[in-house]
Amino acid sequence: MIDRREFDVLIIGAGPAGLAAACCAAEAGRRVGVVDDNPTAGGQIWRGEQGKPTQPAAVMWFERLRKAKLEFLPGTRIVGHPTNGVLLADDDQKLLELKYNKLILATGARERFLPFPGWTLPGVTGAGGLQASVKSGMSIAGRRVVVAGSGPLLLAVAAYLRRAGAIVPLIAEQSPRGRVAKFAAGLLAHPAKLTEAARLKWELRGVKYLTDCWPAAAGGDDDTVKSVTLHRRGRTWQEPCDFLACGFGLVPNIELPMLLGCEIEQGKVRVDDGQRTTVNNVYAVGEVTGIGGLAHALIEGQIAGLAAAGEKDAALHFLLFPRRSARRFAQKLEHAFRLRDELRQLPAADTIVCRCEDVRFDQLTQHRSWRSAKLHTRCGMGPCQGRVCGAATEFLFGWGMDSVRPPLYPVRVEHLAEATVTPESSSDVD
Amino acid sequence: MPEAITLSVNGSEVSVPTGSMVSAAISAVGDTAFRTSVQGEPRGPLCGMGICFECRVCIDGVRHVRACQRLCQPGMQVITHD
Repeated sequence: MIDRREFDVLIIGAGPAGLAAACCAAEAGRRVGVVDDNPTAGGQIWRGEQGKPTQPAAVMWFERLRKAKLEFLPGTRIVGHPTNGVLLADDDQKLLELKYNKLILATGARERFLPFPGWTLPGVTGAGGLQASVKSGMSIAGRRVVVAGSGPLLLAVAAYLRRAGAIVPLIAEQSPRGRVAKFAAGLLAHPAKLTEAARLKWELRGVKYLTDCWPAAAGGDDDTVKSVTLHRRGRTWQEPCDFLACGFGLVPNIELPMLLGCEIEQGKVRVDDGQRTTVNNVYAVGEVTGIGGLAHALIEGQIAGLAAAGEKDAALHFLLFPRRSARRFAQKLEHAFRLRDELRQLPAADTIVCRCEDVRFDQLTQHRSWRSAKLHTRCGMGPCQGRVCGAATEFLFGWGMDSVRPPLYPVRVEHLAEATVTPESSSDVD
Repeated sequence: MPEAITLSVNGSEVSVPTGSMVSAAISAVGDTAFRTSVQGEPRGPLCGMGICFECRVCIDGVRHVRACQRLCQPGMQVITHD
């Protein structure tokens, strides 16, 4: 049986941007639904905050959420878009048909992982990835973690892991010192970020922060990482570790927006001042419109929530100025932590690039496009559907995703078989 | 609500705090590798947020479930490398 629901405003993603949008639309009296593929709300930055929030902004927004009347569909992923105004979702038990008048995409971002020898060893994780695991109940106390990659997330992760009892000897930031210093100086224009940076600096006293430094290889026994080879200004050395938490910035999750036909500009969903995408009645908010962090996500979520609810009042205008500042911050972030060319040389010939299908680097170098590589090597054709290797090959070879096809996530055949095929959706099958 | 949940990972009983994901329970028994890749390599969690599918395991007889997105339940039977 297919489960059918109808909403005035449907929001995809229950991170800060989605929750802010949901609160605003629900408070305006609209019938609101929020879908998230995780079992609880909060997204990544507020992972584990639902129920017992500790971060000040999370306390405020979860309180607003508790009072707002809306329907939350956790553990549910969007798999298709059979026709205008309808999304198909799967909650592991069944398929759902979700109808909407307005749709707000708050699909967030994921980490970019770059292949280097040894990166597939268990214990080599994302930076945010390891933080998410610890927030999900994993014990890290007494374990030695090298944090590497790029971006301010590395600092937040290192501080979080230390609070959880990890030993963090150093943070390896690939960006050059000059650029990072300029970014830090630029924080003067963003007082809230400056306060956050000062707090992180205090929390991370005693942890080496090495700019111009990146992991060249990870080593260990068969089952787990034991050390990382770091490279810095012509010097390489080994650091022992139990975990290498490594992420090279964030990549917007544009698969669903692409499936809906939203215009994508430089890897981000293009939106106007009212957070409208190029598709009628579809809005996009938060990291999917550009990596800008929490404040940016909350502002955009509120703008879209109010706009989708039809509220054209002063509240909307009041938010446009802070958004300009948040956007400027996003641009500075992008410039400061741009990935350096040397990182393209990291994979060896036999380094796995596509982890789902075990496709090696040397199998890919002979192809000129993502499509050609997919057809000949099965790169990007496994369960993650290119979400990991697609972001890597985009950087390594400059390949772009040309199309997205349903189902967006693997779906059990029995769920598909139980769903009634509507005339509109059958016309798409050819 | 009880403070801890007891479940089984590859036949060993393990207790984790309520609200933990299955990935945490697998780590708690000391396993870093969750699955075997198509070429036979051991793999463990990468993204921690349901994107990479590296943490997929068999839970209560259902294969290919992402351990990082499934809350632990009392009596759950988890099998890795399946």
